[in-house]
Amino acid sequence: MANVFTRIGDWVNERAPGLMPVYRKHMTEYYAPKNFNLWYYFGSLALLVLVNQIVTGIFLTMNYKTSAAEAFNSVEYIMRDVEWGWLIRYMHSTGASLFFVVVFLHMFRGLMYGSYQKPRELVWLLGMLIFLVLMAEAFMGYVLPWGNMSFWGAKVIISLFGTVPVIGSTLVEWIMGDYLPADATLNRFFALHVIALPLVLLLLVVLHLAALHEVGSNNPDGVDIKHGPKGNRWDPSKPADGIPFHPYYTVKDLAGVGFFLIIAAFIIFFAPSFGGWFLEHDNFIPANNLVTPTHIKPVWYFTPFYAILRMIPSFFSTAIWGVLGMFGAIVLLFLLPWIDAGKVRSIRYRGTGFKVALTLFVISFIALGAVGAGVVAELIPEWFGSSTDVTFWENLFGRVMTLVYFGFFVFLGCYTRLGWETTKPVPERVVFDHD
Amino acid sequence: MTKRPSSMKKILFSFALAAGLLMGATSVAASEEGGLPSAGTNIRDQASLQRGAKLFFNYCVGCHSLKYARYSRIAEDLGLSEDEVMKNLNFTGAKFGDVVISHMPEDSAQQFFGKAPPDLSLEVRAKTADWVYGYLNSFYLDPSRPVGWNNTVFPNASMPNPLWELQGLQTAVKKEGGEEVEKLELSQPGTLTPAQYQQATRDLTTFLEYVSEPAALQRQRYGIWVLLFLAGFTFLAYLLKKEYWKDVH
Repeated sequence: MANVFTRIGDWVNERAPGLMPVYRKHMTEYYAPKNFNLWYYFGSLALLVLVNQIVTGIFLTMNYKTSAAEAFNSVEYIMRDVEWGWLIRYMHSTGASLFFVVVFLHMFRGLMYGSYQKPRELVWLLGMLIFLVLMAEAFMGYVLPWGNMSFWGAKVIISLFGTVPVIGSTLVEWIMGDYLPADATLNRFFALHVIALPLVLLLLVVLHLAALHEVGSNNPDGVDIKHGPKGNRWDPSKPADGIPFHPYYTVKDLAGVGFFLIIAAFIIFFAPSFGGWFLEHDNFIPANNLVTPTHIKPVWYFTPFYAILRMIPSFFSTAIWGVLGMFGAIVLLFLLPWIDAGKVRSIRYRGTGFKVALTLFVISFIALGAVGAGVVAELIPEWFGSSTDVTFWENLFGRVMTLVYFGFFVFLGCYTRLGWETTKPVPERVVFDHD
Repeated sequence: MTKRPSSMKKILFSFALAAGLLMGATSVAASEEGGLPSAGTNIRDQASLQRGAKLFFNYCVGCHSLKYARYSRIAEDLGLSEDEVMKNLNFTGAKFGDVVISHMPEDSAQQFFGKAPPDLSLEVRAKTADWVYGYLNSFYLDPSRPVGWNNTVFPNASMPNPLWELQGLQTAVKKEGGEEVEKLELSQPGTLTPAQYQQATRDLTTFLEYVSEPAALQRQRYGIWVLLFLAGFTFLAYLLKKEYWKDVH
């Protein structure tokens, strides 16, 4: 048997001698730092979820009907009459939410260990582009079941473009292809969700990985292993603290995948709606332009940005400031490699100011998420009595948190440029905890 | 190379934090239902499902459809034979493989109640089981409403209490000097005791919960095996990792 495989391998190699070097470069001879911790699972998990979304998505399109009249019914048809349709749909809907969970954690890892800093700016920029496309992909996917929240969510988000001066209202009609989200909107969103954006996503993921493998992975110590001592068991010219990605990290990630799948399967089989957070109650009501849901809010992963939009008031008789704030919140993340002029990458050796700022940034992000999801508006009367002015306190809290969010970037720029940061000495080699 | 003895602690802390956030999120989701009694449904209780189905087809299907639920599927999932379903539940002459469609013409429904009775296939998923159960227990007489009924869970609902014979008649006790309803009182008992009525509405809610997601029966059955398999897989993958990493120092 082994002989057959060797012969097939040789046959391919003779005809495509360029393949093995590519495999070696990215797998068996890609030397990753050996001190990756828990935070380093989320990149490969994001890839796993991407594959899941594509495979389950293909099966969903086999039974989904792209038409405003039939979309909602076809989703219920998948849930009830298609063999295993419910499983495929729940894998897709749970996968969408978990995609954002792992991507948020993956991005946080980058913030913590300075993975965006020189020379990995391009890796970060490509990653941010992936995040941006992923948000568009998720938004359009959410519209497809054509439930009432799909409809009103689409209406609210598309109407944001209406704040663009002069061409705003024309732009909104151009995007929707109608005066309301309608059949035309659904069809074009289907096309974008199912083919256009996934292609872009895949291309960006390839580039993200190619850029990463060019500069090499960062690690929890922020030590450049390429600049450290040379020579390991496999290659005398390669970093001493590097180990081949395959098999070391492939088997490690496999265990991570197993653990992640346990959590995913628990949600898929026992709590697919996740208490109304992954599949919202109002989306089990068919789209109806005459019945507005009590609270129009996006799915949880958009709520921090949605809160920034809501919290920034209109002035000079235009609401564009909130929209600019929302996009600005993402643009600033893009610019992070140039905002942060810190000399040290990892949070382990950075100044206390950075640690405090990053903690506050995370708190503001979660708090804004709670504001955007309407949780804060619900908790205020519960905690402080029903006579409390909910709007006033929600706005105050939300605006303070918006300031904290943007304040992080302002602070980071000043902190690292004005010489306020006192760093700890970075070790020469990575710190490896063998347990 | 120095050791970092605190890394395991940090991992455990992150897990605790994640678990805490998760609990927080779900408890907030629970509080969203604000002050409703717990429905206490269990869709794996087949007897309850069967009783609920009987109530639905005796009291509800006159006006409400279940346009996504097939008689044949209901029979299969509720452990009923084709005969039993066609004789005891199907009063419209539909075929066994048909979906459950009410015979009430939409325009006359509009005329009677001012609003066409909604399809109930997804009612529990749209409103939650607690809401449906609370709604069925919160009707009271209100002469100011067109049909003479009102509801504290769904104020100004168009539907009169279809189960009034079972529950009896409830009237509202208003708060002093206000219009706000303080509580509901049973002013005329029905054929069931309050405890029996609660069980009946729980059964009905259970049936509607099943109808809103028939797959729930399957996913809970398979889920446990999938989790067991994954636990074994993860354990083996972990051992494999251990083995491979032995020589990394």
